[in-house]
Amino acid sequence: MNQPFRLPEGGLIDRDKPVTFRFDGKSYGGFAGDTLASALLANGVHHVARSFKYHRPRGILGAGPEDPAALVQLEPNTARTEPNLRATEIELYEGLNAGAQNCWPSLGFDIGAINDVFSRFFPAGFYYKTFMGGPGWMFFERFIRASAGLGVAPGEIDPDHYEHTNRHCDVLIIGAGPAGLAAARAAASTGARVILAEQTAHPGGQLLDEAAGQTTIDGMSARDWVKAVREEIEAAPEAMVLTRTNGFGYYNDNWFALCQQLQDHLPLAERDANKPRQRLWHVRARHIILATGAIERPLVFAGNDRPGVMLAGAVRHYLHRHAVLPGRRAAILANNNSAWQTAFDLKTAGAEMAAILDTRPDAPQVLRDRAEALGIPVKTGAAVTGTLGRRRIKAARTGDIEGDRIAIGSAEMIGCDLLAVSGGWSPNVALFSQSRGQLRYDDDIAGFRPARSWQEEATVGAANGTFDLAACLAEGAAAGANAARVAGFDDASQSVPRVSAPHAIDYDITPAWRLPMERKTDRAFVDMHNDVTSKDLDLAVREGYRSVEHAKRYTTLGMGTDQGKTSSVNGFGILSEILDTPIPEIGVTTYRPPFKPVTFGAVAGQHVGANFHPRRTTPMHEAHVEVGATFEIVGDWLRARVYPRAGEDFDAALQRECKAARTQLGMLDASTLGKIDIRGKNAREFLNRIYSNAWLKLPPGRCRYGLMLNEDGMVFDDGVTACLSDDHFHMTTTTGGAAGVLNWLEDYAQTEWPDLEVYLTSVTEQWAVASLCGPNSTALMAELLDDLDPDPESFPFMSWRPAHIAGIPVRVFRISFTGELSYEINIPARYGRWLWDRCMALGEKHGITPYGTEGMHLLRAEAGFVIVGQDTDGTVTPIDLGMDWAVKKTADFVGARSLTRPDTARTDRRQFVGLLSEDPTIVLPEGSQIIATPHETEPRTPMIGYVTSSYMSPNFSRSIALGLVEGGHTRMGEPVYVANKNGTPHRASISPVNFLKELGGAS
Amino acid sequence: MTAKRYSLLSLFREGLNGHKGWQPAWRAAEPKRRYDAVIIGGGGHGCATAYYLAKEHGLTNIAVIEKGWIGGGNAGRNTTIIRSNYLYDESAAIYDHAMQLWKGLGRELNFNIMMSHRGVLNLAHDDNEMRQLKRRVEANQLNGVDAEWLDAKQVKEYCPIISISPDVRYPVLGATLQRSGGVNRHDAVVWGYARAASALGVDFIEKCEVTGIEIENGKVTGVRTTKGDIKTGKLASVTAGHSSVTAKMAGIRLPIESHPLQALVSEPLKPIHNCVVMSNAVHAYCSQSDKGELVIGAGIDPHISYTQRGAFSILEEEIAALLELFPIFSRLRLMRHWGGIVDVCPDASAIISKTPVAGFYINGGWGTGGWKATPGSGHVFADLIANDKPNDIAAPFTLERFETGKLVAEHGAAAVAH
Ligand SMILES: Cc1cc2nc3c(=O)[nH]c(=O)nc-3n(C[C@H](O)[C@H](O)[C@H](O)COP(=O)(O)OP(=O)(O)OC[C@H]3O[C@@H](n4cnc5c(N)ncnc54)[C@H](O)[C@@H]3O)c2cc1C
Repeated sequence: MNQPFRLPEGGLIDRDKPVTFRFDGKSYGGFAGDTLASALLANGVHHVARSFKYHRPRGILGAGPEDPAALVQLEPNTARTEPNLRATEIELYEGLNAGAQNCWPSLGFDIGAINDVFSRFFPAGFYYKTFMGGPGWMFFERFIRASAGLGVAPGEIDPDHYEHTNRHCDVLIIGAGPAGLAAARAAASTGARVILAEQTAHPGGQLLDEAAGQTTIDGMSARDWVKAVREEIEAAPEAMVLTRTNGFGYYNDNWFALCQQLQDHLPLAERDANKPRQRLWHVRARHIILATGAIERPLVFAGNDRPGVMLAGAVRHYLHRHAVLPGRRAAILANNNSAWQTAFDLKTAGAEMAAILDTRPDAPQVLRDRAEALGIPVKTGAAVTGTLGRRRIKAARTGDIEGDRIAIGSAEMIGCDLLAVSGGWSPNVALFSQSRGQLRYDDDIAGFRPARSWQEEATVGAANGTFDLAACLAEGAAAGANAARVAGFDDASQSVPRVSAPHAIDYDITPAWRLPMERKTDRAFVDMHNDVTSKDLDLAVREGYRSVEHAKRYTTLGMGTDQGKTSSVNGFGILSEILDTPIPEIGVTTYRPPFKPVTFGAVAGQHVGANFHPRRTTPMHEAHVEVGATFEIVGDWLRARVYPRAGEDFDAALQRECKAARTQLGMLDASTLGKIDIRGKNAREFLNRIYSNAWLKLPPGRCRYGLMLNEDGMVFDDGVTACLSDDHFHMTTTTGGAAGVLNWLEDYAQTEWPDLEVYLTSVTEQWAVASLCGPNSTALMAELLDDLDPDPESFPFMSWRPAHIAGIPVRVFRISFTGELSYEINIPARYGRWLWDRCMALGEKHGITPYGTEGMHLLRAEAGFVIVGQDTDGTVTPIDLGMDWAVKKTADFVGARSLTRPDTARTDRRQFVGLLSEDPTIVLPEGSQIIATPHETEPRTPMIGYVTSSYMSPNFSRSIALGLVEGGHTRMGEPVYVANKNGTPHRASISPVNFLKELGGAS
Repeated sequence: MTAKRYSLLSLFREGLNGHKGWQPAWRAAEPKRRYDAVIIGGGGHGCATAYYLAKEHGLTNIAVIEKGWIGGGNAGRNTTIIRSNYLYDESAAIYDHAMQLWKGLGRELNFNIMMSHRGVLNLAHDDNEMRQLKRRVEANQLNGVDAEWLDAKQVKEYCPIISISPDVRYPVLGATLQRSGGVNRHDAVVWGYARAASALGVDFIEKCEVTGIEIENGKVTGVRTTKGDIKTGKLASVTAGHSSVTAKMAGIRLPIESHPLQALVSEPLKPIHNCVVMSNAVHAYCSQSDKGELVIGAGIDPHISYTQRGAFSILEEEIAALLELFPIFSRLRLMRHWGGIVDVCPDASAIISKTPVAGFYINGGWGTGGWKATPGSGHVFADLIANDKPNDIAAPFTLERFETGKLVAEHGAAAVAH
């Protein structure tokens, strides 16, 4: 297909693989090896986007992640759509479709551009000054929101998936330009584990952005050298080169996060849904080398955002990597030598060179000579004061700089379809700064460069402010060898690549942070992403936003998706001029990760959907599923809630199960309870300090209920712990609290009482637990057990015995959470299902009925047992629970001191009581507030407590509830009122919590 | 100094004038030798305190001393979720006091703080959470705090992009909704308070660190700063993440742990998310800023630190949680992440209190959620400083409560599941 700006030869594109793609509804041709940006430029398309605020036409300024504004919506209206992608970073693939974003109705004609017409009324921060009155902000916000934002989010589920991987290495090198390659080669030659990461598809960096043959290294053309070095690195036993891999985050302890694109460059039809789209690397490196290059700055002059104004280095990039001539008649505007190369290259490639405009009063003679030889007109001390052209530059207006203005009568129009600009190069120190390294401003290069590392790190090459190729290679090689040495690998190859680049241009710069403007209404953009002009910075300072962070926030400078890669340093320079303060005193704003945006999916990795948090099921789970149980989520677990039979609803099933458990035989899958094995010669002492009750005298064979308090004296977990032997205990915790309790115990064992010898092991999953309850349980136990008499007389409550069932060793506990005669069988997990089935089979004649968590909750409520987390909320002491008996007076324990605090010891605190609604058919809603008044409520109604648990009890044929009520323990029988949203409060009376005793006459 | 009023008209006039006529929002001041009161910390709470001291108590010879630039601490780092649907009476009182002040604050300060009452959802994912959240709704209603309970279908109506699929790990079973809850623009709040306070005569002294506190006979007499000594009889510390550090200068040890708290934003997008969604179980919350960025946060990093940096693993969990709630966000991108330091009290409630040192007052311990309290906190703290006596709203938040045990245990609301 016709690509009018494609050069007939050269570039790293594959001319045998033509590609068709669409942009903004039109079809174009390109080649494999193009980026979307290079392909668009090959077709003469410069206007690709609209700016954030003023909706100005924006072109392609850069060639990589630094580009501030060439943002597109990739694959619009599909599940794979992505907003805000940089055209400069999208690798072209067959069939690619990109849409323009932030414009309506079209890229060419965008209504939003009206903002630009009235821009004088919308300076930085205008929104802080208005939209307060009239209908108020909520009204105006809708319009502001609709006009802000850029692309649109996908509306469908992501069809792709992502993964994480972890690596340790000796040397991690970020950036495979010449310095990074030299470093990686030196390090890899030692046998050290080396990872070299390059964000683009090809190693080579700046070497690929120059004319083939311009430079030779070690006798090879630069491109061949890159290839050879890559091969050498990849051949080293422990080294790898990751391309399309962006090192985006440098964290503490040399921990690095990188994102690798695995499929984004492939045509949609070729993407493999079984393979990850992107992979996030977690790398811990002994030593890190940052070879992240430098980022070219634009110049700040009126009309500098016109499409067709490009960074001079980017122009070379497109020329040499992609064989694209970004313009046929070009001008250069620069404050440094490097852009002259662009003029020479453009001319050599066949473009007409309208002029080299250098803002410096003078330019080096060598450059002038070359320009003259090539027939390029040169003007020094020159500025551009305006540009013409709607969707692409047509002409630039220049004039002579005279102090801070343009000399009168010096204006001249230069026709051009490309204006290549360079305001100098900023070492790319983003990652270095993330690592907390310190920067220093260097006048020689007019930029910030690394001054002092904070971690095991070295920055080399242009990222370090070293712009000479030979020096970059030497620096890289030395850093690579040194990094390997630090990691214990000594014999690095000492060879420093030899460079021959007869026409290399020395970098020399005289900053011109902003060029003079001719007219009051002229605007020069500092941040082309967020539409921040130099006048906005003037305004910010005028209004007192003088600190660099205030100015940044007030104007939004550098806060776009490019994170200020091309704008920040210019902004600092301009602020320094406005404030008449040296740049080092202005300082920099903090560089925050990620270096460039990272897909959320990649950050989450495989931890999505079913893998988000694994759902845990018990060894008996399938048995519950088979009989149609319904389930409840409890912490990480899925627990059987009720087992409705055919035709039974939830309530009916619940009532039946609870009745059976009290009158015949019930069985609960209690496998989810947290279980912690506690060993060590101080295990007993440890328990005595952790639990509020006494543990020193519990003999082997016995169990005890314990309460755990936090430092505030509030109950945070409970459970029964059994003494297996003098230095060995088996602790149980609540299902949801298990992990937290183990952490808590470890915290105390390791940091508070390191002198105690105690070892903690989670054994929750090692044991399956069947809890048998009801008058027939002893009979079933007798049948089950090989070698233990379950008679409650000889095997008393709160004791445990080792035993066997069909030869399988089990632990049987005589404990109860229902107030009923109960046995808990702990069996090795793999026999869990077998045990359940065996109990069901043998228990049939005893009327065995499985009951779920709901039944368990109800049964324990009948017995008045507390559920920590339901009846308590972190504000309840053991005394509030009426469990004074579980608080020892003789020894210290966690939370003990807090219990004696005057307000914690008060007797009118909210206390745990039973609640019997006057109308026995009313189940008081859980969570309802208890109030003192019988009348309908009006805010603010004082609350004296709330209902924590509430059920219809089958065994007492009436409703029962538990709750916390102020001073409840001394108010037995008194009436209270439960707030009722739908009318008058429910009347209830306070009762003791043990309804078995209260209502059932049990003792 | 009378500040030029901000309005559409003044914006228009200045537009014609090249915006040359605007004045500094607040005066950059150098310290005087003596002030009637000195506030340490130019965050949201510090600036609000100064404003209310000047406006409501006529104390205008006062200074706010900020070690960096005002709003550079948590104020400028937070995710600005504002709600007042707290469980306990004491918390509901102060947060709702703040809520009522937020409502008219932009106009009062003549600075658009972009207070957007777009509604805050707190999701429930299991029965225990439902129970807890319903309890809270009812308590809120009895306290006169705006609160409703939504079932899953209603949640979906309110926030159409949320997934209410029952087949996920944490299905959305329901949510509380506070319609008056929302978000605002953090910098604008700080700047707006500073501008209004400065107009009343308050000095804002930036790049000035307090390095010591002068005490004579148990009474504050002044502060030492990097810009010299300043005499004052009333000294108020409002230093958020550094509360313990400043308190220590007066010999007071606070029951506070300081943790990193991280937040992040996505790239800007066209409006897609119109309310605030929070989930405790999944552990993420999300809103969309007026600029279009998704603003996302979660819980603290568990370690104690002053580095303002957290671990990336926390963000991985947070984003995984976000994708659980909003699977369609998977292809969007993380643009920037950062951290702040939050000062957490054992009961997860704040300290607004006199101290054993006469004339020295502390406001801190707001942990992860103090932004929403800013106007209320500043208002009652100013009252405390001016009268040397807490008013009813401030009274429960004394330092003594950690000794007496009269805690305001808001963390209780996040109880364990059984
Ligand atoms: C990531 C993050 C997200 C958050 N999200 C929310 C949210 O969504 N909703 C919510 O309600 N809350 C949120 N918070 C909490 C909220 O930001 C804080 O509770 C609140 O801002 C603290 O009050 P402040 O604004 O006064 O603090 P800060 O802004 O931190 O002010 C304290 C000031 O004191 C200064 N200072 C400290 N020491 C000295 C000294 N020696 N001398 C001089 N100055 C000193 C500091 O520089 C700082 O400017 C969040 C916090 C973080 C970190």
